[in-house]
Amino acid sequence: MTGYTATVTVRLKGGVLDPEAETTQQALERLGFELADLRSADRFEIDLGAESADAAADRADEMAERLLANPTIHDYEVDVTER
Amino acid sequence: MTVAVIQFGGSNCDRDTVQALESLRIDAELVWHEDSLPEHTDGVVLPGGFSYGDYLRAGAMAAHSPIMEEVREAAEAGTPVLGICNGAQVGCESSLTPGAFTTNESARFQCEHVHVRVENADTPWTRQFEDGEVLELPIAHGEGRFEIEDDRLEALEDDGRVLFRYCEADGTVTPEANPNGSKHSVAGVTGAAGDHVAVLMPHPERSTLPDIGSTDGQGVLEGFRAD
Repeated sequence: MTGYTATVTVRLKGGVLDPEAETTQQALERLGFELADLRSADRFEIDLGAESADAAADRADEMAERLLANPTIHDYEVDVTER
Repeated sequence: MTVAVIQFGGSNCDRDTVQALESLRIDAELVWHEDSLPEHTDGVVLPGGFSYGDYLRAGAMAAHSPIMEEVREAAEAGTPVLGICNGAQVGCESSLTPGAFTTNESARFQCEHVHVRVENADTPWTRQFEDGEVLELPIAHGEGRFEIEDDRLEALEDDGRVLFRYCEADGTVTPEANPNGSKHSVAGVTGAAGDHVAVLMPHPERSTLPDIGSTDGQGVLEGFRAD
């Protein structure tokens, strides 16, 4: 059993409106920053023990499928590093 | 018959819903989400509120509450299930109904009266109305924008599974009358198990008691009345 950190990044699918990101962009622009676009994402860092990096990724994948992401509006990616 | 109004931690329209149902002489009781559905449950309401503080996404946590497996089984077996506001979000997160309700286009919480047009009067929730009839109902949500893939939305529309659309007082569907940026102005849809399962963002239970004003929500709740 090895310790891993699985990082799950959940973001809105392309084409899905992101009002919070738009509002954040406007707020940055009001502060005088110049930017072309802004996208937001949620990142979950999950510490877990598994037999292999692949096994850790599989479990994180299932967590994303079942709870962390909503497949109707989200894409997600999983990145595993040894802890 | 008893309609079980599920009380999640953070529900806040649960008691209103029981009161509204009882005012229509429909027996209703509160059921805690960690308990089981009563033996003679003839209907289920997933009420409005802020279950689990809207953590992660509105409805995402409550969708995995212990009682939801029983609610899914009841829905499959033909028991009427209605998700209102936060309950609509729970319904979509638990795949009882298609799509997702997410952040309003305005990125703000909106609490106002809106008009919705009956899109399909041939469901338990709309049979009190005519196709195209306009109702006035209150909304109170920050995450009510209906999102779904274009092809799935087209399939829902073709199958008559859109219950209500936001509209002007005269029934015209316009971008201005769409309070939250919902795709195709959808305010409510029916479930995969059949039209006895439905969710909507407006609050029929807040427009049922005559003292409050509009009583257009009565017809929606009448969907629980046995034929």
